[in-house]
Amino acid sequence: MRRIQVRVNGTTYEHEVEPRLLLVHYLREVLNLTGTMVGCNTSNCGACTVLMGGESVKSCTVFAVQADGREITTVQGLAENGDWHPMQTAFHENHALQCGYCTPGMIMASISLLEEKPDPSEEEIREALEGNYCRCTGERRGDPGGPRRQLLPLHGLREHNQGCSAGRRTVQLEREAWE
Amino acid sequence: MIPVAFDYEVAESVDHAIQLLGQHGEDAKLIAGGHSLIPIMRLRLAAPSVLIDLDRLEDLRYVRDEGEHLAIGALTRHRDVHNNELVQEHCGIVGYTAGLLGDPSVQHRGTIGGTLAHGDPAGDMPAVIAALEGTLVVQGPNGERTVSASDFFQDYLFTDLEPDEVVKEVRVPKLGPDTGWSYKKFSRRSQDWAIVGVAAVVEKSNGNIDSARIGLTSMGSTPIRASAVEEALSGASPDGVAEAANSADEGTEPATDDAASAEFRKHLARVWTRRAVEEALNR
Repeated sequence: MRRIQVRVNGTTYEHEVEPRLLLVHYLREVLNLTGTMVGCNTSNCGACTVLMGGESVKSCTVFAVQADGREITTVQGLAENGDWHPMQTAFHENHALQCGYCTPGMIMASISLLEEKPDPSEEEIREALEGNYCRCTGERRGDPGGPRRQLLPLHGLREHNQGCSAGRRTVQLEREAWE
Repeated sequence: MIPVAFDYEVAESVDHAIQLLGQHGEDAKLIAGGHSLIPIMRLRLAAPSVLIDLDRLEDLRYVRDEGEHLAIGALTRHRDVHNNELVQEHCGIVGYTAGLLGDPSVQHRGTIGGTLAHGDPAGDMPAVIAALEGTLVVQGPNGERTVSASDFFQDYLFTDLEPDEVVKEVRVPKLGPDTGWSYKKFSRRSQDWAIVGVAAVVEKSNGNIDSARIGLTSMGSTPIRASAVEEALSGASPDGVAEAANSADEGTEPATDDAASAEFRKHLARVWTRRAVEEALNR
C-alpha cells in the first residue's frame, strides 16, 4: 500500500492505495465519483478522460499512485455553484449526446482542446476528439445504413468521421460562442 | 484487466532510478507515461514485480538546440514534442510523428524516451529516429554512453538497453533547407498501429536527390532501413523514385497477422516508400 494525496475537483484527498489501483477505479470506487466512465479499458475509447494538471488523460491508463500530488478534474468538478461549465451547457443545448455514455469524456477532451488551442480548425477538432468514441452515431464505416442513417440529421452532420460528430460540432459552436 | 500486484518506487533522479534498478533486479521495470506498459500489464502480458516511476523527473523534459542537433529529454511528452517550436523548425518529421501517436490524451502522457525504449517495431517513432540516424544517450551504473538508433533496436521489444540503464536523451540532426522529409503511415482506423509506415529523409541538390534515408515501420522485428532504396536513390533524379521504391521490401520479413499478410505489407512498403520520397522531395 502507498499513501497518496490527490486534489480532485478542488478537494484534497488522502488514501492508502494499492499501486496497481488505476486512477479511474480510484475516482469511481474510492471517491465515488462515478461520472467518469469505464469503457474499453485499453486507452482507446476515451470514456474515462479526465484532466490531470489541466490536460486530458485517459484515467484507465494511469495508476492512482502516479496522480499523487497532482490536480485532477472530472466532469463532476466542472460546474461552479450549480452553474454548468460552458462546455456542458453547449453539449446540452446542442443535444450533443445520445445515450450519454461517452459524453463526460467528450466534454473533458473538448475542454482540454480549447485550453491548448482556443480557436481550433475543423480538422483540429476532429483530431482532438479522435480518441473519444461514440457508439451511437460516430464512426464512419462505409455508408451508415438503416437506423444509424436516420440518426444522422439529429446530430446535424450528414458526413461522419471518427469521433463524435455531435461533439465536434458542439466544440465548433462553443468556440464561436467564446469569440 | 487488473495488473498483477507490484511494488512501486518513485525515482527522484536518474542516479536514483539506476540504483533502484540495481537493487530490484531484472523483474523491475521503468515506467514513464505508461501508455505502452500499462495496457500490457493489464492484459498480463507483463508482470513486473516493481515499477520504478520516472515520471517525476521534470528535468528530463526539454528540447535544446545544440548546434548540429536537437537534444530532446527522454521524458518529453509526445504532445510537447509535437508542439515544440524548435522541433517544428529544425526536425519537423519528429514533431509531425509525435502528433500521430495515439490521440491527444495519449500524447499528454506518453514520452519520446518511453516509446523508443519500448522497442516496438510497430511504433512510429523508432523508424523515424532510425531514418534520421539519431542517437540515444543512456546512463547506467558506469556512466553515460551514446547508442546509434541502428544499434539500439535489436529485436521485437528488445533494445540495446541493459537492465540497469535508463534512456536520458534523444538526439536528432537539425535538417537544413535542402532536406525534405515525410512520414507516411498506413492504417485502417485513426489512432491504430501502422500496418506499414515509411519515414523518408531526403537530401536534395539542384532538383536531384543527393542521398536518402528510409526507415520502415512494421516490416520486421525492428525498425528497418530500406538500404536498397537508399542506394538506388543516391544521386538519382526524381524520375527514378518509382523504380527505386520497388526494392523497399528487399530483405524484409514482415509478419502476417490480423491486420495484413506479409505479402500485402511488402506491397505497401513499395507503394508508400514511393509516396514518402515524393512528398519529401516536395517539402
